Amino acid sequence: MEKEVKILAIESSCDETAAAVVVNGRNVRSNVISSQIDIHTLYGGVVPEIASRNHIERINQVIEQALKDADTTLDEIDAIGVTYGPGLVGALLVGVAEAKALAYAAKKPLLGVHHIEGHICANFIENKGLEPPFLCLVVSGGHTHLVKVLDYGKYEILGKTRDDAAGEAFDKVARAIGLGYPGGPKIEKVSHEGNPQSIDFPRAKIVDGEYDFSFSGLKSAVLNYLNGCKMKNIEINQADVAASFQCAVTDVLVDHVRNAIDEYKMDKFAIAGGVASNGNIREALRKLCQEKGVEFYHPSPIFCTDNAAMIGVAAYYEFINGKRDDLTLNAIPNLKLGER
Amino acid sequence: MKLLAIDSSGMVASVAVVDEEKVLGEYTINNKKTHSQTLLPMIDEVVKMLELDLEEIDAIAISEGPGSFTGLRIGSATAKGIGLALNKKIVEVPTVEALAWNVWPTDSLICPLMDARRQQAYTGLFQRKNKADSKNANCDIEVIQKQCVVKIEEMIDQINEIGQEVIFLGDGVKTFKDYIEQNIKVPFMFAPVSMNEQRAASVACLGMKLLKEGKTCSASAHKPNYLRLSQAERERQQKVRDFKIC
Repeated sequence: MEKEVKILAIESSCDETAAAVVVNGRNVRSNVISSQIDIHTLYGGVVPEIASRNHIERINQVIEQALKDADTTLDEIDAIGVTYGPGLVGALLVGVAEAKALAYAAKKPLLGVHHIEGHICANFIENKGLEPPFLCLVVSGGHTHLVKVLDYGKYEILGKTRDDAAGEAFDKVARAIGLGYPGGPKIEKVSHEGNPQSIDFPRAKIVDGEYDFSFSGLKSAVLNYLNGCKMKNIEINQADVAASFQCAVTDVLVDHVRNAIDEYKMDKFAIAGGVASNGNIREALRKLCQEKGVEFYHPSPIFCTDNAAMIGVAAYYEFINGKRDDLTLNAIPNLKLGER
Repeated sequence: MKLLAIDSSGMVASVAVVDEEKVLGEYTINNKKTHSQTLLPMIDEVVKMLELDLEEIDAIAISEGPGSFTGLRIGSATAKGIGLALNKKIVEVPTVEALAWNVWPTDSLICPLMDARRQQAYTGLFQRKNKADSKNANCDIEVIQKQCVVKIEEMIDQINEIGQEVIFLGDGVKTFKDYIEQNIKVPFMFAPVSMNEQRAASVACLGMKLLKEGKTCSASAHKPNYLRLSQAERERQQKVRDFKIC
């Protein structure tokens, strides 16, 4: 039997302090996530300084819990993976400094991992048979990327958002219609009671980038609609606005994926990131894949949200590709996908 | 007993290894590179030069703050990571007080000043415990004003009231020099550059004292001491207060 490669992974790019132990890139032995969502809800969104402060207070406990849950010790770990970008710089720095110190003191190899690559790799956890190449849509509070996964650690970005991320638009619209933070789950919930065809919000097309996205126009359209109603003293139907907005986002995402499947003749498609938990979006994409005869993959919600298991998976493939980082590894808040 | 000491609270990154008798090694860098890039390579360099096995250290002394929020966290996470890996205790050393240890021995008051922005200083007031004519030659520093964040006016008023000679040091001297020169009513000095900024050897000296007094915490429990809320928290508190008044 081949030797197991056991990775301890750390993730602190936004408001989740997370650690996990992953064996051979597919087998998650533990996945500890300490969410700060209750704290940030008080402020209507993630406050970077508060996120960083909470990371430093919790990080050791989270790592120790991850080792304990996996019934292992630092001694038995083969390498340490950590998210080094993109994300909030102060938040990233906590994980990076911690991981470097751990790797140094325990004499373990260190691997910096790209957060979005982690999200993509989350699909490997529950789909043991999934292998590149495949098409992947990453949608979260901070990112919207349509990516061709060419091989492990090799990506071709087909398109990304020019302004707001899809999840960001969810948050802003939720705030505007009085649903509060976090917007994604709240909009999805009230949308069930609304009519998605009731308001015709725009579906942005980018002329010089077929696969790029833009959600700020949609967000403005919603705000304008709300203002218009207010001026005319028309009562706003929260559920209709939410459902129509969600429908517009879904249409844009489905449209882009359909074109990419057709153009690149991909036979596998995966979705990743926090917004991938949105049932409406997931079902629309599943239907599209059925139509096209394309295999559809999606992670469970626990692996869609920011977590360290996905970072452990990505770190494993970096590890077997021979990548090693040294003690100068730094947090890079605007790290590009595929950059090494 | 051996201590690894770390200070990344300000512009300077500094690491030291000391035992009870001497500073075995100290490495201080004041450059544009971020602490994230420099701190651990510096520790590695000192450890290598000393042919030290990190397992040999008894605890890690960390300059706990106040200071740059991000800088403090880089130092803290580094200490916490090493502490977790090697099962070492942490000694939390007040940053401003450690600065005062830079200028021992003197009978003067010692007033470290760090620029806290928003027209405030991270500061405190310290004095050697045993005066020069005392038979007890052991060094110890008394805390007259515990480290705090205040307007420079308040600190200068306090010094004027005490009415003793004072030495100022720290990166805040540059910021507050004019105000001090115009308003101080006692004899005063500014420390030379060699004593002016955070030094891990001073953190270690004070840390060793705290370690002997048993003042340690676990690596998990350690967190920086910012002395200040985040801006969002301050504004929220203000709103809550305003709301209550209304």
